[in-house]
Amino acid sequence: MSDSATKPRPQFRNLGLTDLMFYKLPPAGKASILHRVSGALLFLALPLVLVPLFAQSVQSPETFATMKEWVSNPACKIVLLVLMWGYFHHFCAGIRYLTLDLHIGNDRASSQRSGALVTGVALALTVVFGLKLFGAW
Amino acid sequence: MTQERIGRKRLVVGAHYGTRDFIVQRSTAVLMAVYTLALVLYAIFVPSLDFESWRAFFSFTVGTLPVGQLLATLAFLSVAWHAWIGVRDIWMDYAHPDGLRLVLQVLTILWLVAAVVFFAKILWSL
Repeated sequence: MSDSATKPRPQFRNLGLTDLMFYKLPPAGKASILHRVSGALLFLALPLVLVPLFAQSVQSPETFATMKEWVSNPACKIVLLVLMWGYFHHFCAGIRYLTLDLHIGNDRASSQRSGALVTGVALALTVVFGLKLFGAW
Repeated sequence: MTQERIGRKRLVVGAHYGTRDFIVQRSTAVLMAVYTLALVLYAIFVPSLDFESWRAFFSFTVGTLPVGQLLATLAFLSVAWHAWIGVRDIWMDYAHPDGLRLVLQVLTILWLVAAVVFFAKILWSL
């Protein structure tokens, strides 16, 4: 406490967009805001991308083939890649919140570690499935 | 539920919709996670993942009971309810003028209801 008076720490109040660029979030904060961003993304994609693709995929063998054709389009693949990341991140970070609700890993060190972990796992899953999507294997 | 008092007199009461939303958000999340894992396991272990087997995941029956459709409906309603709570929280955090927030919330509801109807129409005509 004593050295806080001699060395004033930067204060961030009423964050504006310009402050956001310099504001350094801890790993758990990054996982949290990305959880929100990915959720919003999936919400927007729901009737625009996900349900239409689902509709094409189940109706008839012909529409199934059409769906495959759509998905083979590179522009569509990029949209799907972003949505895949969104799903993976929302899924992994969501599991983390459920464990936090169960009072598992609530201390500062482990919650920061798990925040970094879920962000990384989601990105790794996106890379693996992205390579599959773009036909690397 | 035990009555919580602040100080000697004040009794804290409420509509408890915060508690309800908390429980709904978690239980729909668990349901969707389980459904996702079931779909992934099915996709991995089904002999060949083609139109027929993909469609069967959503349209299979047990006896005369349309279990595939019922489970998919349950999962999608969970998506919609979960998304409503999440997106409403986003508007509550960032959209402060009452009129703007109301408009955004109404649009959110329309967006989600449209998705549910679209999905249900496709699913139940399989």
